[in-house]
Amino acid sequence: MLLSIFQCQFVYNALIASIFASIVCGIIGVIIVEKKLVMMSGGIAHTSYGGVGLGYLLGFEPIIGAFFISVLASLGICYIKRKGGTRSDVVIGLFWSLGMALGILFIALMPGYPPDLSSYLFGSILSVTRTDLYLMAVLTLIVVLVITLLFDYWKSYMFDDEFAAIIGIKTAFIEYLLFILIAMSVVVLIRVVGIILVLALFTAPTAIAGLLAKNLKSRMVYSVIIGSFFCLAGLWISYVFNIASGATIVILSAIGYLAIYIAISIKPHTKRKQSYL
Amino acid sequence: MSTLNNIYNTDFSGKAVCIENLTVNYGGETPAIEGVFLNVEDGDYLGIIGPNGGGKTTLLKAIIGLVSPASGKIEIYGKRPGKTGRLIGYVPQITVLDKSFPITVHEVVLTGRLTSAFTLFHKYTQNDREKADELLDRIGICNLKGRMISELSGGEFQKMLIARALAVKPRLLLLDEPTASVDVSSRDQIFSLLNELNKSMTILLVTHDLSAVSSHVKTLACLNRRLVYHGGAELNEEVVRALYGCPIDLIAHGVPHRVLKEHEESE
Repeated sequence: MLLSIFQCQFVYNALIASIFASIVCGIIGVIIVEKKLVMMSGGIAHTSYGGVGLGYLLGFEPIIGAFFISVLASLGICYIKRKGGTRSDVVIGLFWSLGMALGILFIALMPGYPPDLSSYLFGSILSVTRTDLYLMAVLTLIVVLVITLLFDYWKSYMFDDEFAAIIGIKTAFIEYLLFILIAMSVVVLIRVVGIILVLALFTAPTAIAGLLAKNLKSRMVYSVIIGSFFCLAGLWISYVFNIASGATIVILSAIGYLAIYIAISIKPHTKRKQSYL
Repeated sequence: MSTLNNIYNTDFSGKAVCIENLTVNYGGETPAIEGVFLNVEDGDYLGIIGPNGGGKTTLLKAIIGLVSPASGKIEIYGKRPGKTGRLIGYVPQITVLDKSFPITVHEVVLTGRLTSAFTLFHKYTQNDREKADELLDRIGICNLKGRMISELSGGEFQKMLIARALAVKPRLLLLDEPTASVDVSSRDQIFSLLNELNKSMTILLVTHDLSAVSSHVKTLACLNRRLVYHGGAELNEEVVRALYGCPIDLIAHGVPHRVLKEHEESE
């Protein structure tokens, strides 16, 4: 039974896609959670919907549209964040809904029958195509490379970006780079869990890894492993019960986080607990 | 304003910090600090005191280049803020940092050894590691080098941040509230360390801890939006009144006593 699953091409594609998604989530998720950029990442993800709509309207691959629009959104949001000011959350909220609104408008303007958009909103891992996989592979590779090449700088930026800036490290460059990486990760995740559920995969594996791992590198590695587990287990459950894969993965991640959080809270003498509660 | 020294001295040579008519605004139009003139001599040990919200941290951030002034001019050893390279070692307030971040004491100090140019696959050299050990030893927390920062006390954390700032090998050391969440014995250790460091570098310290400044620093500046005093380290009633405009416990040379009578807060 299990072997027959692997023989289907679409299941094989789904497995590979899950692994890519878990890798980018594990790595970028740790940075997002640590730098408190979860909502900004949500903004980037939702704005990318405009790109999906644009792709349908102008007749190119919607995921490419999502890629370009989310990169643009990430640069815009990073600019607003760096400018500071109390209104940045307002502007990000506007980005968020404007992107979605544009997506809806573009699709309404499109001639012919409207396409099924729920695969972009909620993910459709079983319909991942070979082209999607190539794009995901390239983006995952870029994310992993950029983080490992400059790992010490990332660590310094994450712990104290002001100090890093003072000693001359180009933190503006690092920050814009980070936002572009977030945009890339969002695109990798869209096919797996969809725009709306992206945040869960950024945060849940990372949060669990944060409860378990001691240093930054192992936090990222644990997060990748935990993310893979949720994706693969969710995929399997959704396959067996014939339910939506993206939603299953997200629900599984949330339950996993709650379970581990409760388990750690009950054991009051754990060393890790002191630093987290 | 009459208490200001060196207002019109524009000779920038031999000055660690030279500030002319500096105004920095909060987000909008409200000035955090206004019309500040301040010269810090090379080798000085300056304490900046003032009430909360008086603009002390803003002044430090302007010197470092983290906030840009609305008007005025700042030079640090003749260089503009943000272009100072490794001249400045900065010790931020503990509270702005995330103590749960997964990093060890040794790794934090090593970040002070990072150079501005990106090196791909950067690895700290043996020399970097030895320097970090040496600094931790000098600060007196070498035994904690493998600890996670989440397991440190306030005093230990503060000392680690000082070690990190020293890893930059600065000429000017800036400290923001270095004794704010620190126990008494660590506080004494930090001040004797700063006295020692002052032999080789200029120190600029922001604090609300009046006892600390009057008994350790060489010169004193009082900031409450405007610079109301700059001169010797002796506090007197007039200075404190100008600074706070309200009653305050004035503690001199470690002997606590109330200098001013209680009176109504006046604007």
